[in-house]
Amino acid sequence: MASADSDGGAEAGIPTAVKILVAGGFGAGKTTMVGSVSEITPLNTEEVMTEASMGVDDLGGVEDKTTTTVALDFGRITIGKRVVLYLFGTPGQGRFWFMWDELADGALGSVVLADTRRLETCFPAVDFFERRNIPFVVAVNRFDGECPYTEQEVREAIDIGAEVPVIMADARDRGSGKCVLVALVEHVMRRRSPAMSP
Amino acid sequence: MKHSRDQQPAAGSEGARIRRDPRARDTVATQGLRRRQERPPADGAASGGSNGSVPPDSDTGPLVRPYTMTGGRTRSSGTGLDMISIVMAAREGADWDSLKPEQAAILRLCRRPISVAEISAQLDVPMTVVRVLLGDLIAEGDVIARDPMPAADLPEMNVLQAVLDGIRRL
Ligand SMILES: Nc1nc2c(ncn2[C@@H]2O[C@H](COP(=O)(O)OP(=O)(O)O)[C@@H](O)[C@H]2O)c(=O)[nH]1
Ligand SMILES: [Mg+2]
Repeated sequence: MASADSDGGAEAGIPTAVKILVAGGFGAGKTTMVGSVSEITPLNTEEVMTEASMGVDDLGGVEDKTTTTVALDFGRITIGKRVVLYLFGTPGQGRFWFMWDELADGALGSVVLADTRRLETCFPAVDFFERRNIPFVVAVNRFDGECPYTEQEVREAIDIGAEVPVIMADARDRGSGKCVLVALVEHVMRRRSPAMSP
Repeated sequence: MKHSRDQQPAAGSEGARIRRDPRARDTVATQGLRRRQERPPADGAASGGSNGSVPPDSDTGPLVRPYTMTGGRTRSSGTGLDMISIVMAAREGADWDSLKPEQAAILRLCRRPISVAEISAQLDVPMTVVRVLLGDLIAEGDVIARDPMPAADLPEMNVLQAVLDGIRRL
């Protein structure tokens, strides 16, 4: 991968990038939440879905094979001169797992948006992060202003550990998005050093 | 919009495994509603899985041009760039005339530190292709990248603290 021990002198001016994912089912409010906390209008990028995800380097002459792209949207928060935070909404569950792996690589953690109208649509995301031991918080997006479940009911339905924060949220609201992100980063830090309290 | 339908296939093929309606509160309170098992990750199943070809979807589109830009390559060997790798122009004296238009466009964006994902979004070129082209620019010495953080390495505590403070300041 990287050149071994370059001293980073020339690279000193390049910020460190960190990544937080915003996951959940279709329509749960991922793009909305990314947009409400991002300093830029969410950007759209795409990744190629080909044999390359299976380790083939050279695809010369492959034009007739099935190649498609998966769209991702992301936002940015400049933390300072030295750190930039990117927020990536995850693509559809199921057909795009390869993309989830790439997204999750090196991610600080994830927000799992639970849509109270269809709670089960967040289950695959929870499974994914739990399995890979990636820290996450559950943000319950209350579409109609009112959550039909108590936090405890949400916890039991999703079957998550007591240490996983569950936050009632509004994906459209910047302040709410901030609270969710703060809860996630604190959760990540707690997992690193169990002594720290929130 | 972009992500329309992404839940449909899952609901069709896996929904049956969800045992209870989450809206039925009385069953939620008992342990009726359980999280279902994750589908096996798509190792090797990404393009060849149960439904051999990927159904058309607004998330997806045909891909033609990128291969001509990269000469058929989809991975840049050895650069280790990922989607949030940040790159920057390395020097003033790049040999602009020798650059392909896409590379020149990338190099122009690199006057300030910029991530692979942002380059991809701004030029409307898939990230895979951006990585390959950046790999060439790095090899030429026109662009520098931070050493990528090994995926296994998590951000350090001081970075986390900076992120936390930064979010609180928003
Ligand atoms: N009422 C309400 N609508 C929301 C909320 N969050 C998202 N929406 C709307 O729900 C739709 C889907 O949201 P989107 O962010 O695109 O979902 P995604 O598929 O997870 O990216 C959009 O029309 C949003 O405007 C919310 O908290 N309350
Ligand atoms: Mg979306």
